[in-house]
Amino acid sequence: MLGQFDFGVIERNLPYLLKVGMTFTLTLTAMVVVGGVIFGTLLAMMRLSSIKPLSIVATSYINLMRSVPLVLVIFWFYFLVPYIGAWIIGADRPVQVGAFLSSVITFTMFEAAYYAEIMRAGIQSVPRGQVSAGYALGLNYWQTMGKIVLPQAFRNMVPILLTQTIVMFQDTSLVYVLSITDFLGAASKVAERDGRLVEMYLFVALVYFVMCMAGSYLVRRLQRRIAIIR
Amino acid sequence: MHYHWNWTIFWDMTPEGTGTYLHTLLVGLGWTLATGLAAWVIALVLGSILGVVRTAPVKWAAAIANAYVEVFRNIPLLVQMFLWFFVLPELLPRNLGDAMKQMPPPWASYVPAVLCLGFFTAARVAEQVRAGIQALTSGQRMAGTALGLTLPQTYRFVLLPVVFRIILPPLTSEFLNILKNSSVALTIGVVELTAAARAMQEFSFQVFEAFTAATLIYIVVNIFVVFGMRWVERRVAVPGFIGPAVKGGAH
Repeated sequence: MLGQFDFGVIERNLPYLLKVGMTFTLTLTAMVVVGGVIFGTLLAMMRLSSIKPLSIVATSYINLMRSVPLVLVIFWFYFLVPYIGAWIIGADRPVQVGAFLSSVITFTMFEAAYYAEIMRAGIQSVPRGQVSAGYALGLNYWQTMGKIVLPQAFRNMVPILLTQTIVMFQDTSLVYVLSITDFLGAASKVAERDGRLVEMYLFVALVYFVMCMAGSYLVRRLQRRIAIIR
Repeated sequence: MHYHWNWTIFWDMTPEGTGTYLHTLLVGLGWTLATGLAAWVIALVLGSILGVVRTAPVKWAAAIANAYVEVFRNIPLLVQMFLWFFVLPELLPRNLGDAMKQMPPPWASYVPAVLCLGFFTAARVAEQVRAGIQALTSGQRMAGTALGLTLPQTYRFVLLPVVFRIILPPLTSEFLNILKNSSVALTIGVVELTAAARAMQEFSFQVFEAFTAATLIYIVVNIFVVFGMRWVERRVAVPGFIGPAVKGGAH
């Protein structure tokens, strides 16, 4: 039955799939992890802040992002970013933002809400006495956070942050809805051009599966290595 | 930078002439709910079976269930959607594959979307059920055995009634996820809420009104589900056993 399929199509298009597609996917993932964790940590700090307005703004933002589908958020930012850009530089018509930059902004804003909840749990896992000790030493809020609380929170949460990153790596395939050439987008273009949907989509599934399995295996190993024995 | 807001657009007729834009969005919501609910039935039944099997003392069955969870969790939902829609009909025997492709319009997309979401979410439900069973003290299982119950009876009458009460909050989250994930079905042609908002934007050029409305509808659905499930949690709570305190972190 498999006789009618031509798996050579994968080999012939491999350079395109990897150089164009996978590079986009991995670069996007890497930039969003960095941006998302930084913005997420700020959101978590705001959410836990004793300054009510800050905490309300952060909580609403996190809840909003977590209650709408990523696909809708992708569409939102795709249309919104040109207007925000125009507003920032004071232009009177929407500015053109490239597919890559638009995706980076979208995923950073969206994933930050999820990273924020992880970092919140991390910050709350640090004993209160640590904060008091920081203040007792005469450190201010930023010093206590930066030198005492966040390093511990981050260390406690590294495995969960990485697991969320594997989920996010899978989610980046949704940029397909904007016809962007990420790994799936590249495969889909080849699939439709050559009429080889079965071969290409099975290949894509296999690649994602192997990468994510390897990723979660590494996370489990890391988890055992960095676990703090209390 | 000029954007012409027009909030009365929802009461305008669509170019197709089948109703107002608001009507388009509500029909979309209907498909979101229909897809999510049908998939949830599959996810809950299959996920519970898989979750139970993973904790049962039958090695090979547990291995199969574990493999299922790994496969369905490590392939992106969108790719799975394409596998169900484009790939499966080609791999099935010809007449069955053709029957799948030749279903009348909404069903040719709806059926693969429901199957995809159901099997995808089953892996996540299985994970929750397994965690719930393992969270119970081993004395529960032993008590069942000591009473002379068979293994299936122990699960049915001792373990699962407690497990499902414990995992109601995470199951609520999974149910909300399935509703949100149903938006991925727009890639294979299901006109659910997000696709309806997109269609409205394309016809009316009122981007932000369309997306604002869709966002608000999703939030309202979320609120309904969360409050509905809290009510269920209170109804099924065993007095003095698993109190509402356990359920604080619903969502």
